[in-house]
Amino acid sequence: MKKGVMRPGHVQIRVLDMDEAVKHYTDLLGMIETDRDDQGRVYLKAWTEVDKFSLVLREADEPGCDFMAFKVVNEEALNQLERDLVEYGVEVEQVPAEELKDCGRRVRFQVPSGHTFELFADKQYTGKWGLSSVNPEAWPRGLQGMKAVRFDHCLFYGPELAAVYDIFVNVLGFHLAEQVLDPEGTRIAQFLTVSMKEHDIAFIHHEEKGKFHHASFFLETWEDVLRAADLISMTDTSIDIGPTRHGLTHGKTIYFFDPSGNRNEVFCGGDYFYPDHKPVTWQAEQLGKAIFYHDRVLNERFLTVLT
Amino acid sequence: MAGFHVLNRTTGDRFTCQDGQSVLKAMEQLGLKCVPVGCRGGGCGYCKIRVLEGEFECGKMSKVHVPPEAVEKGEVLACRIYPLTDLTIECVPLPEAALAKQTTTKSLR
Ligand code: FES
Ligand SMILES: [Fe+2]
Repeated sequence: MKKGVMRPGHVQIRVLDMDEAVKHYTDLLGMIETDRDDQGRVYLKAWTEVDKFSLVLREADEPGCDFMAFKVVNEEALNQLERDLVEYGVEVEQVPAEELKDCGRRVRFQVPSGHTFELFADKQYTGKWGLSSVNPEAWPRGLQGMKAVRFDHCLFYGPELAAVYDIFVNVLGFHLAEQVLDPEGTRIAQFLTVSMKEHDIAFIHHEEKGKFHHASFFLETWEDVLRAADLISMTDTSIDIGPTRHGLTHGKTIYFFDPSGNRNEVFCGGDYFYPDHKPVTWQAEQLGKAIFYHDRVLNERFLTVLT
Repeated sequence: MAGFHVLNRTTGDRFTCQDGQSVLKAMEQLGLKCVPVGCRGGGCGYCKIRVLEGEFECGKMSKVHVPPEAVEKGEVLACRIYPLTDLTIECVPLPEAALAKQTTTKSLR
């Protein structure tokens, strides 16, 4: 957080059918719908999140991710980061306050992998869903499905990882927590953090720009991940792989798809990060184990099925 | 009702698809692998096929993978088509962009 970027704030995902998508993210993942806007976008949050929304769904004729945003500590930091981006040669776009309801101004920019990111400092503080901030109970009743705890990170596929690394690490103050290096020493995957989490965002090298691999939501325990797997079967939801463990970050995970083919992950556990940690390296020859620690082979889908 | 018969002309596989079932789901349920399975949601384009004969209904599909011209040529996503008659299909090779230069990680496994 050394430059004031605090955490993932929201992600806007395109879906083919809004009703199906809302049902998926609420009934199955257990997120809570908090608003809709006149563009037809639907706003959702996970129950422990203090801001009004972390997931925005937009109906479109091609699925994928419009942008992911990070919240910064305050307006001064936002101004400084904006100047730093411009100085570094990144083109920034101003998105006015209220373009997303109850969210302050956003600074939007594209990185060379073809993905769009935003920084913002303000969003309506609604507090944890269903709990008082005074003498709060352990958890709220009435949560659905997987009871997702929070929106945690995204994984993107695209080219020019080194240039993306420079922006995230040198300009935005992220740290490299884990990486995959090919035999020539080229980084083909980078897991970056601004927090104590092992990753707040990750990139894997891919020739085509701007591809979306998954949005991930945190669960507390392995039991919760198994229960998520049960719910995926009960609802006949399209599964990708899991429950299993990643080598990278060591998180315990399951992957599945939303009704428009966007990949979701729910996971628990995983390593932690402090700024004095040196990056963990996985060798590309061990990529199977790095991604799926138990199978030790990649399923083809993990590398090729994207939106 | 015995469902509709689907013949994959590329591989010779035949399977039955129940009313209201997508071609991809019917194939998967029988343990066949003659069409690649991706997201099963019309989003990734992985299950693209060409329908040579027969009538079907389409669910929503990503326009990047299935532009309107493609639908006219019968190029659709197996996870999003529901037969109305028996079908003959064939595999559509993924564009080499999607295969050969997929990811540099691919050749390293
Ligand atoms: S499997 Fe993804 S579009 Fe059919
Ligand atoms: Fe993940």
